[in-house]
Amino acid sequence: MTTLQSSEPADLLENAEMGASLWRDAWQRLRKNKMAVGGGITLLLFIVVALLTPWLAPYSYEAQNLDLGASPPSAAHWLGTDVFGRDVLTQVMYGGRVSLAVGFIATAVALLIGVTWGAIAGYVGGRVDAVMMRIVDILYALPFMIFIVLLMVVFGRNVLLLFLAIGAVEWLTMARIMRSQVQSLRQQEFVEAAISLGLSPAAIIRRHVIPNALGPIIVYTTLTIPSVMLLEAFLSFLGLGIQPPQTSWGLLISYGAETMEEYPWLLIFPGLALTTTLFSLNFLGDGLRDALDVRGSKD
Amino acid sequence: MSLLNVENLEVSFVTRNGTSKAVKGVSFTVEPKQITAIIGESGSGKSVSCYALLGLIPSPPGRIDGGVASFEGQNLLTLSEAELRKIRGSDIAMIFQDPMTCLNPYLTIGEQLIEPLLVHRNLSRADAKTRAIELLNEVGIRSPDSTFDSFPHEFSGGMRQRVMIAMALINEPKLLIADEPTTALDVTIQAQILRLIADLQKHRDIGVLFISHDLAVVSDIADQIVVMEQGEVVESGAPDAIFNHAQHPYTQKLLAAIPSGERDSEEAKDDALINVQNLRTWFHGSGKTEPVKAVDDVSFDIHRGEILGLVGESGSGKSTLGRSIMRLAPVTGGQITFDGIQLTGLEGRDLKDFRSRMQMIFQDPFASLNPRMTVYDTLAEPLLLHNVCQRAELDQHIAKLMDDVGLARNFIRKYPHEFSGGQRQRIAIGRALATRPEFIVADEPVSALDVTIQAQILDLLMALGREHNLTMLFVSHDMAVIRHIADRVLVMYHGKIVEAGPVKQVFNNPAEPYTQSLLSSIPGVAMM
Repeated sequence: MTTLQSSEPADLLENAEMGASLWRDAWQRLRKNKMAVGGGITLLLFIVVALLTPWLAPYSYEAQNLDLGASPPSAAHWLGTDVFGRDVLTQVMYGGRVSLAVGFIATAVALLIGVTWGAIAGYVGGRVDAVMMRIVDILYALPFMIFIVLLMVVFGRNVLLLFLAIGAVEWLTMARIMRSQVQSLRQQEFVEAAISLGLSPAAIIRRHVIPNALGPIIVYTTLTIPSVMLLEAFLSFLGLGIQPPQTSWGLLISYGAETMEEYPWLLIFPGLALTTTLFSLNFLGDGLRDALDVRGSKD
Repeated sequence: MSLLNVENLEVSFVTRNGTSKAVKGVSFTVEPKQITAIIGESGSGKSVSCYALLGLIPSPPGRIDGGVASFEGQNLLTLSEAELRKIRGSDIAMIFQDPMTCLNPYLTIGEQLIEPLLVHRNLSRADAKTRAIELLNEVGIRSPDSTFDSFPHEFSGGMRQRVMIAMALINEPKLLIADEPTTALDVTIQAQILRLIADLQKHRDIGVLFISHDLAVVSDIADQIVVMEQGEVVESGAPDAIFNHAQHPYTQKLLAAIPSGERDSEEAKDDALINVQNLRTWFHGSGKTEPVKAVDDVSFDIHRGEILGLVGESGSGKSTLGRSIMRLAPVTGGQITFDGIQLTGLEGRDLKDFRSRMQMIFQDPFASLNPRMTVYDTLAEPLLLHNVCQRAELDQHIAKLMDDVGLARNFIRKYPHEFSGGQRQRIAIGRALATRPEFIVADEPVSALDVTIQAQILDLLMALGREHNLTMLFVSHDMAVIRHIADRVLVMYHGKIVEAGPVKQVFNNPAEPYTQSLLSSIPGVAMM
C-alpha cells in the first residue's frame, strides 16, 4: 500500500491504541464492588500468612508448655493455648496451611479434569458426548461419603489421597458447566469460521472455546474452593481427613468442640478463621459473577 | 385534525458517562386513516421517539426533557402511568419486530387473544372466542378455528406476526404503532404483511405509525415519510417527494444506498472453478422420521471470476448449500469438484491445506468474531496457520489486510465489541482474504447491516473481488442486493434450484412462477 508507507510494520503495534478486552472490562466492574475487593484482600492476606507461617508463627509447631495447660488469650499467647499448652495462634496458622492447600489443590484437580472432560464432550458431541456424560451421571449417583470412607480405609489416610478424593467428586459439576458452555459456543459463527480456516479441533477448543467459556468456570471455581474446604473440615471433624501430627482448621474445630464449654477459645478462633475465609471466597465469587456476566449486572 | 401530533419531543439518556440526547426536538403527525413512516438507521432515535410517547422507555436512564404529544386532546407525555396504561393496548396498540418474544409460549393463541376481551370488555368466553376467530380470519389466518387452540411455536414467523396484529386490533385501537414489523420476515411474507397492514388501515380507519430502517419497504404503503438521523428529523414529506426530490444529503445518501441496477457482467466464461453434481445434504432427525432434505439433488457450475448469486427464502436450503461446499455441513451424496479436485472425499491434512483456497464470510459480524481476540490475533491466525508468511513479515501482512478492507491501522489492538457492525464485517472479510483464497462463500454478509453500511460493504466486496480475481458464491434473501452484485443467479426453493441464469435474464424474464413471486415482493419496486 503506497499511501501508508510512513507507518512501518515495526510501529504497527506501538502506535495502535490499546483495546479494552472483556477481561479488563470485568476487572473494572469487579474493582467497584467493595465486598468482592474486601474478600479478595482478606483472602490474599490469609494466603500470604499461610505461605510464610514457618517464619511468622510466634511459637514452633511442636512447642508445648504443659505447665500452662489451657489458658485464655493473653499477651504472650494472643489466642490462648490448648490443653497441652500449645499456642492456638500457631496452631491456627499451621492448620490454615493445610486447609487452604486442600481447598486450592483439590479445586485445581477438579478444574483440570472437569474442564477437559466437559470441553471434549461438548465439542465432539454425539456418542462420545453421551458416553462421557453418562459416566458423569453414574459418578454423581455414587454416595460420595461412602466413596471417600472406602478410599481412606483401603489406601490409608493421607493428604494427597484426600486431595484426589475431593477433586474427583467436585469435577463432575465443573464438567457439566463446561459442556453446556461449549455446546452453545460451538454453534457460534466464529467457531465455524475457525473450522473453515482449517484449525484443528484441539486448537479450536484451546483458542476459541475455552477462553470464552472461562467466565462461568472462574465463578464456579471461587465457589468450589469454599465447599471443598468445608468438606475437608467436615471429614477431619469426623476423623476421616487430616490426622495428627498434621492439623487443619477442621481438626482444630473438632478438638475445640470437645472442650467447648471449658475452653471456648479453642473452638472460636479456628472457627473464625474458617468462616472468614469462606465468606471472603463467597463475596469474591459473587463479585466475579456480577463482573463477568454482564447480563446480570445492573448497568 | 391530526390523530397524533408530536412537537419538539426531547429524550435523553443519563448514564455514568454523561447525558446523551437521543431525540432532539422531533416533530411529526399521524393523520387518521393514514400511515406515517419514520425512517432511520439504528441509533437514529426512531424507536425511542415512539416508545417515549407510550412511557415505554426505561427511566432512569431515559428521561423525557420536553415536547408535547397530543393524542385526542390529551398530552401523552404528562399522563400518569395509570392513565397511560389505559391508553396502551386500547386506543394505541403496538406490534413489534420479533413476534415470538411477544407471545407467551405456554398459552394457546386463543387464550392470549381473548384475555383482554374477558378482562376489559366483560365478554363471555363464547362471545370472546367468536370475536377472536373473526379477527384471526380478518388478518388472513387460514382455518382460524383450529388455530385458536395452537401454541405460538407451531406457527411460522409470518403467521405469528399476523397473530400479533390480531392481538393489537382486538381492542379496536385508533392508532397502531408498528416497530419494524417485517424486518424478521422473508421477502414474500413481508409483502403480504405490508399489504395486510395497508388493508386493515383502510377498512378500520386507524392511523399507523410505522417504524423502519428500510426506505424501500415503506415506500409502497406510507402516506407520509419522516427521515430521522442522530435524533433529529432531517426531512419529511410524501413518498413521491422523498423519492424524487430529496433535499437533505442524508436522505439522498439513504436513497443512493438502496441497491439498484445490475452489474455490467462480461460474457459468461465457461471455465468452471467449481462443479457441483447432484449434491444432497439431508439431516436425519431422531427416530424414523423423514430426513429434512435441506439440499436435494442440486447441480450447477461456478465460473472462475464470477459472483454467483444464490437467492431464496429462509428454509430454502441456500445457506446449507453454501456450508456444504465449504464442508461445514455434512454432505449426504453427490460430488463437489474444485478446480479438478474432488472436495467431497477430502479429509484431514488434505482438507486443512485445501481450506486456504476457499473461505467464508458469515452473516452476523457480532457472532463471527471471537470476542476475546484482538483484530491482530484474528488476522494473524489464518496467516500463521497456513504459513502465508514468516513470523517476521506478519505485521506487514496484517497491516496490508487492514488497508485492503479499509480499516485504520491503529485499531489493530482493539477487540470486536469496540467496533460497529460494518467495521466488524470488514474484519471478517479481512480474515477470509488472509489466506488468499480463490473462492469465497458470502452467506448473507450484509443483511445484518444498516442500509448505508450495506452499500459500502457491497462495494468493498466487489472491489476486492476484482482486485484479487475472486470467485464468489453470494447467498442472500434480498433480490435487490443480488441484482446489484451478482453476474449470474440461482433461485432456490425447498432445497432445489428452480431457476438459474444471468441476472438480466432472470430478473427481466423470470420463467418460474416462484421467481416471479419473489420479484414482485421486492419492496419499493414501484418507486424505483
